[in-house]
Amino acid sequence: MTSHRGRARRLGDDINTDYIIASTRKKETLDENILKRYLLEAVDPGFAASVRAEDVLVAGKNFGCGSAMEVAATVILASGIRIVLASSFARSFYRNAINNGLLPIECDTRDIAEGDPITVAIDASGTTIVNERTGWRAAQPPLSGIAGDILAAGGLVPYLKREGRFHDA
Amino acid sequence: MSAQTISEKILSAKSERVAHAGDVVVCDVDLVLGTDASAPMAIAYFERMGGARVHDSSRVMFALDHYSPPSSPATRGFHEQVRAFAGKHGVRVYDVGEGISHQIAVERGMARPGMLVVGADSHTVTCGAVNAFATGVGSSDLAAAMLTGQLWLRVPQTIRVVLVGKRPPGVAAKDVALAMISNLGADGAEYHALEFTGTDVRDFSMDDRLVLSNLAVEAGAKAAVWQSDEILDAHFARLGVEPGRPAFADDGAHYARELVIDLASLAPTVALPHSPVNVVDIARVPETPIHMVFIGTCTGGRVADYHEALAVLERGGGKLANGVQLVVTPASKDVERELATDGTLAKLTRMGATITTPGCGACCGTSGVIPGDGMNVLSTANRNFRARMGNATASIYLASPAACAAAALTGRITDPRSVA
Repeated sequence: MTSHRGRARRLGDDINTDYIIASTRKKETLDENILKRYLLEAVDPGFAASVRAEDVLVAGKNFGCGSAMEVAATVILASGIRIVLASSFARSFYRNAINNGLLPIECDTRDIAEGDPITVAIDASGTTIVNERTGWRAAQPPLSGIAGDILAAGGLVPYLKREGRFHDA
Repeated sequence: MSAQTISEKILSAKSERVAHAGDVVVCDVDLVLGTDASAPMAIAYFERMGGARVHDSSRVMFALDHYSPPSSPATRGFHEQVRAFAGKHGVRVYDVGEGISHQIAVERGMARPGMLVVGADSHTVTCGAVNAFATGVGSSDLAAAMLTGQLWLRVPQTIRVVLVGKRPPGVAAKDVALAMISNLGADGAEYHALEFTGTDVRDFSMDDRLVLSNLAVEAGAKAAVWQSDEILDAHFARLGVEPGRPAFADDGAHYARELVIDLASLAPTVALPHSPVNVVDIARVPETPIHMVFIGTCTGGRVADYHEALAVLERGGGKLANGVQLVVTPASKDVERELATDGTLAKLTRMGATITTPGCGACCGTSGVIPGDGMNVLSTANRNFRARMGNATASIYLASPAACAAAALTGRITDPRSVA
């Protein structure tokens, strides 16, 4: 079992990938360790500077909509964030997150406010998310099938290095 | 075997099993599209995966479209990286100025009926217009598709979009598409495919179909598939390409829901900042000055779009309003060539338009004209997110080519039907 404790960073609905990292920033570099300075700048120019490792992004519906650009996932990871909670995800962001080992958790996020202490515990029976301020909790079954296998492997690179190809669950 | 939608048919054929919505399948990919914005990362993933060779380089192509021309030393470097990888692995590169990846795939007949097309560009869904299941992915999935020739997909449920009635004069495909995504909402088609049908789909040309498929992703759609009919046959006949085997929906196929669009009820529209689903009737838009007009992109940069715009410009006297910059960026070299041949480009140039290299252009701030501080832009593109065009203080409005042309004449958002 692994457990993660972090501070909620509250975002709204329909946060598109251009807001996570502007396409125009990719003109200078694809290095996520540089691009992370501009994380979510369209939402809040001060956001990147305020991020602490282990923060948990908490969004409303349709997180990661728009462009399928993968830097949107790698820049979040480079900032030290390992988990994104959202009431729903855009499919291309969801795939990119799993492929890079960023954990996307779909759950009702309405109860979570900026700064709330969030605990995420993962074991064989699934994932439990707790808001320590309010006592709210949610449980998710483990991610099944190929997506679960890719996440368990640590991402698509280690999965394909090991498996050589995609295997039907 | 129970009845299937077009998407279920295609994903069944590509996974060699009977698949229905909700099933996870591993599919053979027919066409893999990369761009200069996504391929550099895909190459890095491919190498980290231990990739020695591309599974089938004849099914892969790269288009240098986002940085066309390169807009910085780094983007020039991305091009060198893509060209070097492509040279080593025998992958075809469509170089700077040749056009947008999914536009090239359609106009060169690479995307064909019944195919599974995967592109590392969210607007790959555009290829759904040719009865292909076409979807956008990130760079790591692009690398996996190049390495293995396959991709895993969850078979989506399908929303049936039923087009009924006749479009009133002055209502463009863009207006129909904006009405559709505004009705669905920004996540209304998330994890779903769209399938277009209705008694009046024959009123939608290939170019119109490309616009509707293109904008479907702004409602989250995974794919946006048109049926095969005589309009599609005519497209392939014109190209001299054998279309292959189309996929048809079965009678009795299950649809998650139906969205009926009454075309007769539609009017010219505008998507207000900062969301493409923030759609209003153009007559209800308050007085809005426009400083830059952009006619281009994979939504509104095809031949028919420029003809539509030119007709309005000529009808209105052909003089651009003071202070308005009209930027024209054809979606591809083929589009540019046709517009040069028929005189459209010369006419636009004489009116004072800035004609730029084919590609994505100013759409996402990666190359081309960046709007100035506080400027209002009216654009034929698909996204108007804040900072999308490279300036967070600019406001982007989306509309049809005709509405963009009308604004170029008046310097403010204007109903194109009022231009006389």
